[in-house]
Amino acid sequence: MAIPEEVVKVIGKSLGEPQVFEIERGAIRRFADAVDDFNPLHRDVEYARSSKYGEIIAPVGFFGWPVKGAGIMAALGEAIAPIMGAGYFILLDGGIEYEPFIPIRAGDVLTFYARLADVPEKITSSGKSMLLPVIEMNFLNQNGDKVLTAHWNLIMRQP
Amino acid sequence: MSKQVYFEDVEVGAEVTPISKIATTQKLVMWAGASGDFNPLHYDSSFAASRGVGDPIIHGRIKAHWLVHLVENWIGEDGKIKKISCQYRRTDHPRKMNSEITCEEGETWWCKGTITKKYVQDSEHIVECDIWVENGSGEKTTPGKAVVALPSKE
Repeated sequence: MAIPEEVVKVIGKSLGEPQVFEIERGAIRRFADAVDDFNPLHRDVEYARSSKYGEIIAPVGFFGWPVKGAGIMAALGEAIAPIMGAGYFILLDGGIEYEPFIPIRAGDVLTFYARLADVPEKITSSGKSMLLPVIEMNFLNQNGDKVLTAHWNLIMRQP
Repeated sequence: MSKQVYFEDVEVGAEVTPISKIATTQKLVMWAGASGDFNPLHYDSSFAASRGVGDPIIHGRIKAHWLVHLVENWIGEDGKIKKISCQYRRTDHPRKMNSEITCEEGETWWCKGTITKKYVQDSEHIVECDIWVENGSGEKTTPGKAVVALPSKE
């Protein structure tokens, strides 16, 4: 089996338009509440101000799909459409990898870019083809520095 | 936060200080609002049943963040995550609510890890770990890896 031609053509392609969004203290707090993360760096302004960060910082898990993510949803649609078109209708979320470079503070303004980094094929034990799209997401801050890269791993199967 | 851990304190084979987590249907709704992931698979029973997963399932990325929390809690404020990843191998179902603020008795998840490597690279003190989320039956539903830099006493 081989990766369908229409899928090969879109590997490496940029997905969606770059999105700009501000990191808000309240959004970080609500995120931390949802996962019972009581680290004061994510919720206590006075504590965070007196820390080496000087401000509330966003936890690493805050990023990736689909936080603040209309753009990420659009990117997902662009990535999977040609793969579904090739008959791989079943979509599963496989996992995520985060690579943080610079702490992200409340008040930072980030720009988000996504691309379809790769679509490797795996043959299942029953001999069926499975495609494993990798969506790479890069976040740049207001100074143009890359603050975080995430790789989102999908699993797409034929019915 | 735990007391600061240093590179010299850790040995290959030792465990990452575990943390426990409880997911409830209410927490999943909070997560949906906080993350922007409004997939009904995670809060609508009829929809989840129609997709063949039974009851609503815990978002994979909640479990990913549980593992981030495990590692951040362990490495302390002077530690730094270089890379962290996980795979969603099995689904997990949240506890249901039995009042506006309390949930039923049920499953507790444990986030755990073991140290697999330690070395110095480009003057950073690097530690690698296997990490995972364990369900109430002790099964690893969400295995992963973390690479961190720890402060050194040198």
